[in-house]
Formats: sequence, structure tokens, C-alpha cells
Amino acid sequence: MVVPILMALWVSVSDWTGNGSPLSSRVHFVGADNYAALLTDPGLTQQNFATSVRNNAYFVLFVVPLQTALALLLAMMLNQRRLKGKQFFRTAFYFPTVTSSVAISVVFLFLFSSTGTVNAALGLFGVNGPSWFADPRGIFQLLLHGLGVTNPPQALAANSFMGLSWWDWLSGPSVAMCSIIVLVVWTSTGGFMLMFYAALQNLPPSVDEAALIDGAGPWQRFWRVTLPQLRPTLFLVLTLGLIGTWQVFDQVYVLSRGEPAKTTLTPAYLSYSTSFIGKEWGQGSAIAFLLFVVIVLFTLGQRWLLREKGE
Amino acid sequence: MRQRRSLRWAGYAVLAVVAAVYIYPFLIQLGTAFKTDADATAHPLTPWPHEWSVAVFGALAQQDFPRWAMNSVIVSVSVTVGRVVFDSLAGYALARLRFRGRTTVFGAVLAVLAVPSVVLLIPKFLVLNQFGMYDTYAAMIVPLLVDATGVFIMKQFFETVPVSVEEAARIDGAGPLRTFWSVVLPMSRPALITLTILSFQGSWNELPHFIVSRQDPALNTLTSGVATLVSGQLGQGNQFPLKLAAALLMTLPVAVVYFIFSKRFTRGTYEGVDK
Repeated sequence: MVVPILMALWVSVSDWTGNGSPLSSRVHFVGADNYAALLTDPGLTQQNFATSVRNNAYFVLFVVPLQTALALLLAMMLNQRRLKGKQFFRTAFYFPTVTSSVAISVVFLFLFSSTGTVNAALGLFGVNGPSWFADPRGIFQLLLHGLGVTNPPQALAANSFMGLSWWDWLSGPSVAMCSIIVLVVWTSTGGFMLMFYAALQNLPPSVDEAALIDGAGPWQRFWRVTLPQLRPTLFLVLTLGLIGTWQVFDQVYVLSRGEPAKTTLTPAYLSYSTSFIGKEWGQGSAIAFLLFVVIVLFTLGQRWLLREKGE
Repeated sequence: MRQRRSLRWAGYAVLAVVAAVYIYPFLIQLGTAFKTDADATAHPLTPWPHEWSVAVFGALAQQDFPRWAMNSVIVSVSVTVGRVVFDSLAGYALARLRFRGRTTVFGAVLAVLAVPSVVLLIPKFLVLNQFGMYDTYAAMIVPLLVDATGVFIMKQFFETVPVSVEEAARIDGAGPLRTFWSVVLPMSRPALITLTILSFQGSWNELPHFIVSRQDPALNTLTSGVATLVSGQLGQGNQFPLKLAAALLMTLPVAVVYFIFSKRFTRGTYEGVDK
């Protein structure tokens, strides 16, 4: 395990082209060049990387809260003592989690195609649905459009960070990315629901009953009694969610390959396509390691935040 | 009392709506597989076909689909057998044998759990390339033979087996391997079944590893094959019935296993992570 990672680390600071062994003498050490191209040198490489980070950040921002809240809601409802058909509901919610992401992506490709099920359903309400997977417009910008803001404010359009203007950074997930967000929330909620459900089953009912006797309403009991007891599970779900969403790959590979207009490009997919398609191995490995750093930072940061609150 | 009853009905309503949202895509998938192209385009909302057609299944049979299915079976079965053997051996060693560096090894297993799999794609490729294994069945199978989650599940299970049982065997003169094989393993059937199911499901659905470990189209599995089917042939019309039929067929084995063993699936979910 350690040796392959060290090899990749070496590749990320070398000019290996994919021919022969990366350890041979014809491969040169190029220092931090690959990293610099991604982080500090202006150019297409940096722009692509920044775009992929932006896309994935929006993806995380939407998917993690949605899947966590939905999973918790479903688990709480399943936990009602006198609910009938528990087994059925559990099976229905969890089934998408066990099936292949490729197969499910194919199904969603049909659901969200321009003549597909979602648009047909929207049509029933008189809404003209977009052609989801071909629409690169960011939804925040669309919202602003709706409010009459058609031209970006000068300050946002003129200044840029990592080769991407602030206007682009703040565009929001594209319509195409939104379909992937729906897809991932739909598939991943079931697994997290089961974790919450298991935790809820293990809670002693006496605590809740005591709160009930003290006259706490359902809302209060949820925030003050149930949720604090679920903290370890909540922590686990958030951590797993963060780690998972920063690596989204399968769905992008099957559905969009980063298109339209690079709005579904993610670092994981960019790392793959740079190395395996573009044959720029050093660059691809550097992206992978930066992604690794992002994941570690997020996990640590989130751990720190949650601890702060509890104490 | 009345308020509580209405609350319960509201709960049922929400659950039913969400359940419908979760089940409907599968109904669409099932129905569209039996539609014609024109029917699928004209009636995307109804799950049943207006005119039945099984033409796409014939088309799939004539394409590379059977070959992908065979590859998936070969890889998944080998990986599952490997994981059951190696994960349980490793889990037992970590749970019971006292050897030097045991905590280090266990720490390494946990570390592997923490490293994102996407970050490992390039390292995997480099090693496969270095060993000259790229583009072979071995490249697709060997790296998946042991998985940290499985080792972890088995270790947790073995620690619940009472030591006294094993001591009896040891007094009778059985070595560690013998004790493992004829005493502990027969007791661990439930854990082994869980591990088998999770390994099968995991390797059957695996995609990134099969993308980076081979290039040869003849080595496509169902996941990598269907993925190329989706992105490669958009030029010739939408062909949604064909694609959905392919997706349906690749879902079936896991679905069957799931509906037989759904309890074990759920058990594995929180056994693997919740500790």
C-alpha cells in the first residue's frame, strides 16, 4: 500500500510520460512544476483545476446536507414504534444503494433526458424542463437572471482567483450538475438512513419519555434530546458524506465526462482524464494528491467544528 | 390523541411519497426495457410499454454483452472467494494471534480504510504496469482480493467468539491454523455469509478499478462495458430501451441477492463502519 503511493508521489514530481518504468533514468525530477501549473501558473491547466474544484465544492455543498437531512428524516419516521410496513420502506430506500452506480446512472440519463420522464412530469404542470445534461448554466446565475441581473457586476467579472473570475466561482452548480446531485442524493441516502436507524434503535426510550413527562414538544425533544444523542452517528455520516462527495467519479464518467462546458468536471475525473487519456501522469498524480489534501483538511476541519460546538 | 393520529398519517404520507420516488425509476427501467425506441420517446412517464418489444434483448445478445457478463462473473466470483479466504484469515490473525507489529498492521488496515479510493487509481495502475500485469484478468482481480472493510468486519466478529472454545481445541493439540479451520470458522457462518454478499455486490458494481486496470475491450466487465455503451453510441439515436435493458440485466443478480438477504446487507452497512 505504501509503495504504490510513494511511486505516485514520485510521478507527481517527475516528467514521466507513461512509457517504460517511472523509475528508469530517463525520467527526470521536475520539482514542484506539476503542482505549480495547477495552483499558481496562469493557464488552461490551472483554469481546469479551479473549475473542477468549484464544481465539486457546489456538489458537496448541496449533496451532504441534503442526504444527511433526508436520511435522518426517513430514519426518524421509520423509528415510530407502531409503523406498519417498516421492512418494505427500508428495502425501498436502501435498494438504490446496493445497485450499481453505472446502472443507476443509465436510468437517470433517461429520466433527465430532454424528452425524458422528469420533463414529461414537469410538462404536466405546464413547466418546460431544460435539457438537463446539456445545460451548462449555473443555477445561482439563473436565479439572478430571473431577478433581472443580466450583466455581471464589474467587480466580480473583472477580478479572478486561480484563473477563474469571481462571477464564475459564484455561478452555482450547473443544471447538468443538479441532475447528478439529485442522482447521488437518491442513491446514497439509504445507507446513511440505516446508520441513523440503527443508532435510534439503540437509544434508551426512557430519556425521551422523561422529556415527554417534562412537557417537551416533539420539536424540542428532537433538537434537545434525540439529536445530541445521535452526535456520534451524525459525525460519522457527515464525515463519510464529505469523503464520498469529494471523490465523485462513477456518475461523472458515465453521464457527462465533465461536459457541458466543463461544469461537471470534478478533481477525481480530471485526475483520471489527465493521466489516462491525456497521458500527463505527473499532472494527474499531482491532482490526486491535492484532492487527498482537500479531503484530509475537510475531515479535520469538520471534526474541529463539531467538537467546538459540543463543548 | 387526535393530533397524534393525524401526525402518524402525515408520516405515512411522506414515507409513501418518498418510497414512490425511490421505486419509480426502477419501474421505468423495467418497463422501458420492453419498449420500442419510439414508444420510449413518446411516453417517458408511463412505466408500461404500449407495444411490447423484446428486440433489444436480442440485440444485446448479439453484441459484446454476453462477454461482459462472463467477465463480470469471472472477476466477481474470484474476488469474492479471495476476500472470504484472505479477509477471514487476516481478521483472525488480528483478533487472536499475538505477534510483533500487530497494532501497526491493524493501524495500517484502518489507514487504508481512510485513503480515498480515487487517490489510489494512479498508484494501482503504476504497480500493475511495473509488474507487467496491465490488461490481464490478474490485474482486474488481484488488487481487489483483500479489502480493509472485510478484514475489519471479520476481526470484529472473531473478537466476539469466546476464547474458552478455542482453548479446548488447543489443549487437544490443535495448532492455530487447525483451530481456525475446524473450530472458529464453522462458528462464523453468519459473518462469512455477510462478507460473501458484500464482496460479491462490491466487485460486481466496481467501476474505476476496471477502467484503470485494462484497456482491451475483450476484458470489459458489465460496468465498464455498459458505461462505454452509454457514451459511445449517442450518434445512432437515443436507444434508451437498449441501454435500460443492459442496466436492468446488470442489476438483476444483485437485486436477487438483495431480496433474499436484505437483512445481511443492512447488517454489513453498520458493522463495517459503526465502531
